[in-house]
Amino acid sequence: MKRFGVGAGSPAQFSFPRVRQDLSDAMSTDFILQTRDLTKEFKGFVAVDKVNLQVRRGSIHALIGPNGAGKTTVFNLLTKFLTPTRGTIHYNGQDITHEKSAQIARRGIVRSFQISAVFPHLSVRDNVRVALQRKLGTTFHFWRSEKSLDVLNERAMELLEAVDLQSFADATTVELPYGRKRALEIATTLALEPEMMLLDEPTQGMGHEDVGRVADLIKRVSANRTVLMVEHNLSVVSHICDTITVLQRGAVLAEGPYEQVSRDPRVLEAYMGTEHV
Amino acid sequence: MKGKNIGWIVLLVLGLIAPFLVYPVLVMKILCFSLFACAFNLLLGYTGLLSFGHAAFLGWAGYTCGYAMKELGLSPELGLLAGTAAAAALGFVFGSLAIRRSGIYFAMVTLALAQLMYFLALQFPFTGGEDGLQGVPRGRLFGLVDLADTMNMYYFVLAVFLGGFWVIDRAIHSPFGQVMKAIRENEPRAISLGYDVDRYKLLAFVLSAALSGLAGATKTLVFQLASLTDVHWHMSGEIVLMTLLGGMGTVFGPIVGATVVVGLQNYGAELGQWVNVLTGVIFVICVLAFRRGIVGELAALIRRSGIRM
Ligand SMILES: Nc1ncnc2c1ncn2[C@@H]1O[C@H](COP(=O)(O)OP(=O)(O)OP(=O)(O)O)[C@@H](O)[C@H]1O
Ligand SMILES: [Mg+2]
Repeated sequence: MKRFGVGAGSPAQFSFPRVRQDLSDAMSTDFILQTRDLTKEFKGFVAVDKVNLQVRRGSIHALIGPNGAGKTTVFNLLTKFLTPTRGTIHYNGQDITHEKSAQIARRGIVRSFQISAVFPHLSVRDNVRVALQRKLGTTFHFWRSEKSLDVLNERAMELLEAVDLQSFADATTVELPYGRKRALEIATTLALEPEMMLLDEPTQGMGHEDVGRVADLIKRVSANRTVLMVEHNLSVVSHICDTITVLQRGAVLAEGPYEQVSRDPRVLEAYMGTEHV
Repeated sequence: MKGKNIGWIVLLVLGLIAPFLVYPVLVMKILCFSLFACAFNLLLGYTGLLSFGHAAFLGWAGYTCGYAMKELGLSPELGLLAGTAAAAALGFVFGSLAIRRSGIYFAMVTLALAQLMYFLALQFPFTGGEDGLQGVPRGRLFGLVDLADTMNMYYFVLAVFLGGFWVIDRAIHSPFGQVMKAIRENEPRAISLGYDVDRYKLLAFVLSAALSGLAGATKTLVFQLASLTDVHWHMSGEIVLMTLLGGMGTVFGPIVGATVVVGLQNYGAELGQWVNVLTGVIFVICVLAFRRGIVGELAALIRRSGIRM
């Protein structure tokens, strides 16, 4: 077994202050994230259509659907990279519909992107450190030496070990193979100790072994957080996801555990048909 | 790290002996443009923002410094401070209006604002219009050192340059600098990590404008003149050229770029207008064949040959 720096058994590493929870609303304690009639129109074209998403705290929730179904757009709405045309988003019972992207990230919802999102000309270690350094509160200090960031190196190495990148710490990120870049992206996301991770096709473009490794990693880091992920690889979905929402032409087609959804005739017809029958 | 220390030593030694080898006023001009280019590079090379209005900061800092010294009788150090502060304030206004746009739109907003500042310089009586603000006294530094003496002036300019360059170098290698680079590398990702990128861009813009202003004010002191040339959009273009030629996103590149361009303009003077054509040709070759600029290409060469910088 490899040794991993991030996992359920190492509570000391999760020492960041957690986002305040609003427990007054009994309904919302069950669901960490809820959307109501979330809608996005692009010049009349409805990309996301009245989506009511309920993500259970601590679960791994998959968002699947054919190309162009609106999955990435949902992510962009949840993280406010796009402004919803209609509908609301509640996180921990609080309405976050009108907050800015960076604010939502600071609440604990951290997303990844469909295409690999690294800082290509920074070193692998610096990629993780950029995420870690925010909590030092010196991010505007242009007069301070970058040596003041060295206190983060140990934590950065732990995170890199968690995704098996420790030997690449000093490499320039652009030189990493694609699968490694995606792993680095997850390490960077984990650096923020997010309460909720949104992963847009984390295994896309990876070789077979990388897919397995990343799926294991997601399972492991989900132990004390919630994961919402878009994933095309159905074997990954069936192995690690608790709940699946199927999106088609912007609207929710079906929702439930894999066994149920994969037998749903509408889903078979719309999406899984060719792959399953 | 090693390579950077060597760079600093070379810079210091060259700076100290240069006025004995070359006409000191030329070296002072090179130092002013080097500082200007380094300040510009902070924005273009490290934050990824292409401003096409930096002449406004150079020029208006010059007018402010010139006016403060000539009309208000301030000492040179206060004149520089006034010029720098004016450029910082102007930078805050430009930055606040421009950073919401990106790419070509950002460049267009900065260009439009700089043009506005150019016409203001043309209209206001205290700038001297077409003639410029002439006969600015160099004064006495801290009331002690007479800057009318060329060598005194030279070493003061060298000190200002080194100080400004140190601030830029430090900003690049600071916690703030890491965020700047992250924004340059991948802005959406920086946002998704919780950074309010607009605030970081604004600080980078103000820093860049202030240091450009320091360069402009120093230049006014050296030439005892603030003129329309420095607020003209040609100047905004020239600084892009110097930075790209030397190597944007490299610490020392802009200094090399400024030296080449100013040196060429000086020694090519007998070519008349042809010097502009020559500069243009060099620029085209640089953009087509050496996209990293002089220092960028050298660094890549050294890296390929296996020596670590
Ligand atoms: N900014 C935009 N402007 C106009 N249309 C858009 C925009 N973004 C997405 N769309 C459209 O919305 C629809 C949903 O796109 P989206 O990227 O969310 O799909 P997806 O489910 O993520 O697909 P894929 O599996 O290919 O990633 C598509 O038809 C797309 O063309
Ligand atoms: Mg997508």
